[in-house]
Amino acid sequence: MKKYEIEIIVCCSTGCISLGGQEIYDELVRCIKEYNLDTNVKVKPTGCHGFCQTGPRLLINPEGVLYVYLKKSDVKTIVEQHLIGGKIVEKLTYKDPVTKKTVQKRDDINFYKHQVSITTNNCGKINPEDINDYLAVGGYESLKKVLTMEPEQVIQEIKTSRLRGKGGAGFPTGLKWSFLAQETSTPKYLICNGDEGDPGAFMDRTIMESDPQSIVEGMIIGAYATGATSGFVYVRAEKPLAASRIAIAIEQARKHGYLGSNILNSGLNFDIQVRKGAGAFVCGEETALMSSILGNRGSPRPRPPYPAKSGLWGKPTNINNVKTWATIPKIIDMSAENYAKIGTADSSGTAILCLSGNINNAGLIEIPMGTTIRTVVYDIGGGCPNGKKFKAIQIGGPSGGCIPEQYLDVKMIDTQIDFKSITTLGAIMGSGGLIVLDESTCLVDMAHYFIKFTQNESCGKCVPCRIGTRKMLHILDKIIMGQGSYEDLDELESLAYTIKNASLCGLGQTAPNPIISTLKYFRDEYEAHIKGICPALVCKNLITYHISAEMCVGCGICAKNCSVNAITGELKKTFQIDTNLCIKCGLCFSACPKNAIYKKTGGK
Amino acid sequence: MHSKTITEILVPFPRDEPSALIPVLQAVQSEYGYLSENNIYAISDHLNVPSSKIYGVTTFYAQFRLKPLGRHVINLCQGTACHVKGSEKLIPVFEQELKCKAGETTKDGKFTFNLVACLGACALSPVVNIDSDFYGNIKIADIKKILRKYD
Repeated sequence: MKKYEIEIIVCCSTGCISLGGQEIYDELVRCIKEYNLDTNVKVKPTGCHGFCQTGPRLLINPEGVLYVYLKKSDVKTIVEQHLIGGKIVEKLTYKDPVTKKTVQKRDDINFYKHQVSITTNNCGKINPEDINDYLAVGGYESLKKVLTMEPEQVIQEIKTSRLRGKGGAGFPTGLKWSFLAQETSTPKYLICNGDEGDPGAFMDRTIMESDPQSIVEGMIIGAYATGATSGFVYVRAEKPLAASRIAIAIEQARKHGYLGSNILNSGLNFDIQVRKGAGAFVCGEETALMSSILGNRGSPRPRPPYPAKSGLWGKPTNINNVKTWATIPKIIDMSAENYAKIGTADSSGTAILCLSGNINNAGLIEIPMGTTIRTVVYDIGGGCPNGKKFKAIQIGGPSGGCIPEQYLDVKMIDTQIDFKSITTLGAIMGSGGLIVLDESTCLVDMAHYFIKFTQNESCGKCVPCRIGTRKMLHILDKIIMGQGSYEDLDELESLAYTIKNASLCGLGQTAPNPIISTLKYFRDEYEAHIKGICPALVCKNLITYHISAEMCVGCGICAKNCSVNAITGELKKTFQIDTNLCIKCGLCFSACPKNAIYKKTGGK
Repeated sequence: MHSKTITEILVPFPRDEPSALIPVLQAVQSEYGYLSENNIYAISDHLNVPSSKIYGVTTFYAQFRLKPLGRHVINLCQGTACHVKGSEKLIPVFEQELKCKAGETTKDGKFTFNLVACLGACALSPVVNIDSDFYGNIKIADIKKILRKYD
């Protein structure tokens, strides 16, 4: 392959593309041609760099200079001043929201400093649609190594690494593989679970978009170790770029002889198909997912029998999450002992998390197991924006819970985001969505939001989940309307534990977690709502909008934005909101250029 | 109007193979925008799956539609990060602009307006997706401008 002096990496993942990344890439290619730099400079489209918030962005290597928040017109400036003039364009580099200082190099940015890259190592470095790029960074070397080992040795290696499934439940991967390997019935199947449906999670999407070959290689290694001959990658239809890139990766792997019959002359036969999910959260549950692959409604069934005994078409099947599969080649490459050294005594390796919500630096991160939440929120995430106060962190999506501030500050200095400590805290780590909530978030509204989601996604098969979640939603509806009672809180709690204990699958068993954790840590907010007060000024029925006479300049923008004509007044005089007509849509609140509109609660 | 007939769409899929049901429904819907009663009967014949079961499957999954769609499909994300960043407040703005409720299609058949659970672009919340375009960090004032891009 031709060597270039300079390589410019442009992120072309869903996040950056939505912010105009494709335009930046096209303009860069055009400028490089225009200035005849194409013999020296290579422009490479890659997957996600993790720090999605700063997109569109480009990275100039080998210098490691990062340009962020780009517009089309900036590209020419960078080409002229940086590539030709040799001077870094300071104003387009990253400015730390906390220190307010500019940081020129990617590796000096706090967001990246505290991270380690194992599973996501290739993300943002290689062109995900070109297998040659993957091969150039050592792709498929792990497979070649594995093919010289005995299948039992491969399973032992994964056991030694202490890798646990990264989909949320944390079951030891090596042990799971050994169950499939023991089965004598054939054919055996492998499934890659890419049905990432938790709101707030985009780790699996990012890996499928940025480094799909790692998943394919991981599955081939799994096939060799367990004797499976056929695999399925199940991707959510809502993530179309991920589905198309994994399909391209499979096609290219097949052309290069890594999939199909007699792979690399080893006698191994294995091939993979892509199946697109059709929009059902419950299909992330393994038995529901298999039912969906078979063309049925995605309803879960009781276990046992576990998939290793009876999975697809009643045959032995092994399911692992996208992140787990993508980690396999890396473990083989770095050795199981070295992987096991990362993290804590209980949880080895890394956690891949998505940081979003009220946070300065949002994006995808990979950290050693055992990192404190404080490091994630403050050192990597840079805290809450606009000087707002941190309130809680929501972990694990609809199956998880809210962890309050006191555990960051006092008791939980050692609070670690590994599987054990999160479980004792009352919130499961889940697949890894972390949503930071500041003081403007109402925790009762949050619980209501999640129950509405799980209620909607309940498949309806078992009574505790189908009827129980609906009853919890009714009670929460009453509470956010200010019509709740103290008895409601007790009933909510008792319902929550019943649903947790009696539901058939993971969806129902974890659905009450948002309620259990908020009732435990934020009971005072529930009680305030019963008294007609929403302390965070979120719940519509408990707030009213007003205009401050001191701050209003009488511009009338609020009245223009009001869809129900509830705002009246004369230009240059203080406007008035008729609280009886107001539907509390909040349009005027966002539109006011002087922040003269404020909310009140409890003042009925 | 459609480049393929239902028979042509079904050709690549094996006959009497119930496990192909979801990919078949996806292929038919991507061509026609929805699943008509007649097409469901054709699928039922081809795969040897009762139409009652197909009805059960189509109504189970959020992706499938039994009514025609607008020319452009708007998916407004209501995921957790978007919710925290006020995506709920964008719903009435879209409804006002489009003059149709969430889950409905505009009278002129131009837009279908859906609410979805999570588009997985949480770092850019709030997010809306129209056909294959994603728009991140949207504000109320952007909505008119975004909608104007579509004929």
